[in-house]
Amino acid sequence: MDLAPVRSILRAIATTVLPETASQDERDWLEMEALIARTVSSRGPQNPEQLLGFLRLVQALPIARYGRRFTVLDARRRVAFLRALERSPLLRLRRGFSGVRSLIVLAYYTRVDVAESIGYRAVPEGWAARGGTVSTIPLAPTLWVEP
Amino acid sequence: MIEEREYDIVIVGSGAGGGTVAQELGPLARAGRRVLVVEQGPRLLDHEFTGRELEMANALYADGGGFLTADGTMTLAFGRAYGGSTVVYTGTSLIAPERVISHWHVPGLTHDDLERRSRKFMSQNNAHELGPELINDNNRLFFEGCRKSGWVARQFPLNISRCRGSGLCNLGCPNAAKLGTNRIQLPNAEASGVEVVTRAEALEVGDRHVTVRVSARRERETGLPSEWQPGMYRVRAHVIVLAGGALGTSALILRSPLARAITHVGSRFTCHPAVILVAEHEHAITNDVGHPQSYYLDLAASERFLLEACMYSPFVTAKSLAGFGAAHSQFMRAFPRLQMILVLACDRATPKNRVTVDAAGRPVVHYTLSPQTIDALVNGTRAAAQIFFAAGALRMNAPMAVPPVIERRDAYRARVLIHSRHFLRGQVSVSAAHLMGGCAMGQPHSAVTDSYGRVHGVPWLRVADSSLFPDSLEANPYLTVMALADRVAEGIRADAGALLSNAATVGRTPSGAYPAATRN
Repeated sequence: MDLAPVRSILRAIATTVLPETASQDERDWLEMEALIARTVSSRGPQNPEQLLGFLRLVQALPIARYGRRFTVLDARRRVAFLRALERSPLLRLRRGFSGVRSLIVLAYYTRVDVAESIGYRAVPEGWAARGGTVSTIPLAPTLWVEP
Repeated sequence: MIEEREYDIVIVGSGAGGGTVAQELGPLARAGRRVLVVEQGPRLLDHEFTGRELEMANALYADGGGFLTADGTMTLAFGRAYGGSTVVYTGTSLIAPERVISHWHVPGLTHDDLERRSRKFMSQNNAHELGPELINDNNRLFFEGCRKSGWVARQFPLNISRCRGSGLCNLGCPNAAKLGTNRIQLPNAEASGVEVVTRAEALEVGDRHVTVRVSARRERETGLPSEWQPGMYRVRAHVIVLAGGALGTSALILRSPLARAITHVGSRFTCHPAVILVAEHEHAITNDVGHPQSYYLDLAASERFLLEACMYSPFVTAKSLAGFGAAHSQFMRAFPRLQMILVLACDRATPKNRVTVDAAGRPVVHYTLSPQTIDALVNGTRAAAQIFFAAGALRMNAPMAVPPVIERRDAYRARVLIHSRHFLRGQVSVSAAHLMGGCAMGQPHSAVTDSYGRVHGVPWLRVADSSLFPDSLEANPYLTVMALADRVAEGIRADAGALLSNAATVGRTPSGAYPAATRN
């Protein structure tokens, strides 16, 4: 699946959904697109066309409201437009936005460096990696309840 | 070209149902009967359970964990590997509620019998409650929040041994500590002489045979190659047991000519639709270390929902949070301070919700959330809000509130802010992992199987998975699946003399075709 024709649209949506992606370098962007393309292609033959079609719709729909395509809207209007899609009365638009949002967060938050940057530290070594079982919340005396 | 193979018994699927049947038929295998398990997914070596989210989701889940219902508004997660979904569950081991089994009204099925069998597998799987030193903060906060709200959270028995607290259960335990069928029942079965073939997809089931396609392992793909050469096989057997899960078993029957002889397949699908809720605390807590699910609150009988302490990876968390942009990012950057609660709605079987197949024979799940199920999700979210704030949370992300972030100062209004009018299909992230129904137990005129998984009118065909459930279980289903599979195996052992002595042709018309099913 080739996302090059809709690259600018996808990136504009991504930076609105996840503002931190604006600081990604070109390599990160291309890896994000590759993962999205692989994921969409693996879910069925009709899915790539559906994604491309939805992205083109996102680009065109704002013309009716703002007189401009999505990629040339300012940040505030992009947010407003995507919020309108998110809660659209049309299921197809809600589902489309939810799907694109899921793909973007999939490609971003499955990166090891991103997971580390937000403080996610799950490792196979478990408690041992934290120096032993650690808790900050004391257990109340009524913790153990007899059935 | 199709290669022919012959066995006495073929089991399709290696999860809670298939793995249990395989183990319980071990005596037949030791006595010389040829028993085969056909598993679509791969067999992983211990070191291949890396805990890396993308890698493990793609290796262990069907569709990478992203299988969607027909209308695209709910994600269904189910395993596809040696061990089935037991490789990716958290091991919470609960016995079926008596009131649910009574409600099912399945002739010959009693709660006492299910409980006895469930306890057998709890013992075999080392199911036990963790000691207090192993309970992480995320779970302690759930318990404390419940206690302060006037509820008593109960502890889950967990089928684990030497758990190191990686918290990576849903991505396959990297420490071989979670005792799914891949660790206990399947190895026992193989030690008895049962054969297992992996990367083997059952395409069609016919008169005492299964058509199987074995796929090659792709370069750099996780898991071992199949035990058989890639290609097509017709595997003949005197008895065939279908244990591919609610979707797999229903779809296999529906895409086979056999479907003409069996009615009601695919109906009565339920799944405990769920939402993952997230709250932020002031200080860092232990959440991504330790077993993720130690406590639960069972309000199924009175409120139609269950709450479970839970913890998920960054992607699943991000997907579950409502909204986007700066507020969403703020929650994610607070990951070490996040507490999570899973709300499961106890849905009921309806005529609309069912499994069918598309033109290519792939499963299609038609599912519409009923108003009662939506209310259960809303009420569960309200209860979770109460628990979060009682536990000291600063704010929570509530998908059924607009805007979706509720601050602590507004906690007293949570019941008003969280409302069913804000629930929008396709906007709220709903998922399900307890897939049930499709080959329901019951009377011949209204169900597919009897209480021993015997398919009505097809004595050589059995079902041994969660598709047997005639309605939702209102509890984690895996232990009940094992108990039912134990019954299926007992039935096969009891019928072995008749079933395995001759390849009697039963149920075919003189032309060799399957008769259309008789409808009352």
